[in-house]
Amino acid sequence: MAAVQVIRSEWTKIRSVASTVWTLSLAVVVTVALGMLISALSNRQFANMPARERLSFDPTVVSFAGMTLGQLAMIVFGVLVVSTEYSTGMIRVSLAAVPRRGTFLFGKVAVAAALALAVGMVTSFAAFFLGQAMLGSHRAAIGDPGVLRAVFGGGLYMTLIAMFSMGVAAMLRSPMLSLGILMPFFFLISNILGNVAATKKIGRFLPDQAGSRIMRVVPRVADDTPYGPWAGLGIMALWVAAALAGGYLLLKRRDAQ
Amino acid sequence: MIELDGLTKRYGEKVAVDHLTFAVRPGIVTGFLGPNGAGKSTTMRMILGLDRPTAGDVRIDGTHYDRLKDPLTYIGALLDAKAVHGGRSAWNHLLCLAQSNGIPERRVAEVLETVGLTAVARKKAKGFSYGMGQRLGIAAALLGDPRILMFDEPVNGLDPEGIHWIRNLMKSLAAEGRTVFVSSHLMSEMALTADHLVVIGQGRLLADTSMADFIRTNSRSYVRIRSPQPERLLDVLHQAGITVVEAGGGALEVEGGKAEQIGELAARYGLVLHELSPRQASLEEAFMRLTAEAVEYHAQAGPGPVPQDWGAGWKGV
Repeated sequence: MAAVQVIRSEWTKIRSVASTVWTLSLAVVVTVALGMLISALSNRQFANMPARERLSFDPTVVSFAGMTLGQLAMIVFGVLVVSTEYSTGMIRVSLAAVPRRGTFLFGKVAVAAALALAVGMVTSFAAFFLGQAMLGSHRAAIGDPGVLRAVFGGGLYMTLIAMFSMGVAAMLRSPMLSLGILMPFFFLISNILGNVAATKKIGRFLPDQAGSRIMRVVPRVADDTPYGPWAGLGIMALWVAAALAGGYLLLKRRDAQ
Repeated sequence: MIELDGLTKRYGEKVAVDHLTFAVRPGIVTGFLGPNGAGKSTTMRMILGLDRPTAGDVRIDGTHYDRLKDPLTYIGALLDAKAVHGGRSAWNHLLCLAQSNGIPERRVAEVLETVGLTAVARKKAKGFSYGMGQRLGIAAALLGDPRILMFDEPVNGLDPEGIHWIRNLMKSLAAEGRTVFVSSHLMSEMALTADHLVVIGQGRLLADTSMADFIRTNSRSYVRIRSPQPERLLDVLHQAGITVVEAGGGALEVEGGKAEQIGELAARYGLVLHELSPRQASLEEAFMRLTAEAVEYHAQAGPGPVPQDWGAGWKGV
């Protein structure tokens, strides 16, 4: 019963602030628009590509190209949902109303994750269909082998990115600190680690690189990734579980401020 | 009923709340008085389970706060008026709190009416003045129609009309048989609202007494005298067995003395008096003396009757 009350309460909280609307709409718009743009450019440049790239051309992944940027909006959404409790001082009122801290945190995460999942799925399917429309003769169909999994997985990926951010924000509490770590990490550092030969083996176990494996349909040439699409998403889910567990343990131990 | 039993909070070396034991009873307004930094807010946060006590225990109607089902229906609290998401409307702020405790939505409208915020219910909280924020915090405290109410410095930053309103609200809540626990650093404020007084200083309990008893024992009376011949006057009073203290600025004070007796003595010896006035020390002075004594006692005490680590805590202050 208490859990249902907390979920209703958290839904009221999340729908009554403007940041929810602008972060999530930015995630949709940026991911879809950038995906369409890059799909259109790829279509035009296809003839000029080296044979090696043409061989591993993955129209599904190309339509998801906007996610690199769009996921940043999901990160902001996840961080703000949790950290504004602290930055506004609302946490003291919230925990006085719901003193069981596990119920409070997981109720909040459940509501925000459900919303992120809905928006993530819409984004992923829209990015796929609109992206394919730009790809002309190089397009993939939703019925092709592995494509539906990749598109569905794209929605899950965005949800897990938001949930990971919630866990990190629950640990760090400050919105600026959380964003200051997560944004550069996912936009720059993870890419660098994943592309430099020396760190590549570690880099591909980072949450975003492991998780985004699910969106790939055509394997890269000489791909030696030691996990498949679902195992990759599983690795990402473990990162999320660890971040949320850390957030929960700190919330339980710390004084509320 | 709120019961504290040896409640203690340490932050590293510093002792913020030191073995507090007292009970807050229903049907009266209990004032929680202490200078800024005495540990009042920390104590209130521990009552609500927000901060974990280092030692000791606190119970609400015999139960730990985090064991209460729908706690807002047992105890409502105003800790900090600005603890609101500025982007959320007053209505939605109260609605999410109501939903978390299974409180019907009509209560949101009712408490907004009680605190006079109905007209701005749909406005974002960031546009609220301090007084309006304070009213919103009180609305949240009243939401679950709780038997216990707790207010941390509710009159701070309010205009005279708002102060008057809060005083009457607290008195009427107590008159309905509720437990009302209100903190302040101003004795004058407590004297107007509280029936019972709990005084703390440096986190320790200094007094737990009815307001009437506090006034009786602490309102010291004395006579203030000024004379152009202070030396002779001192001799005369001394010979009559009257203890005099110099109060600065050339004034003398006689503790518990009678103005008539002193005036007659001065007349008999032909002394000129420029002032001879019976006075009553204010409660504010009594409170300051009480807390000042606590600080002095602590400073000199060291290890002994006070807990061993107290001396260490003092150095850290």
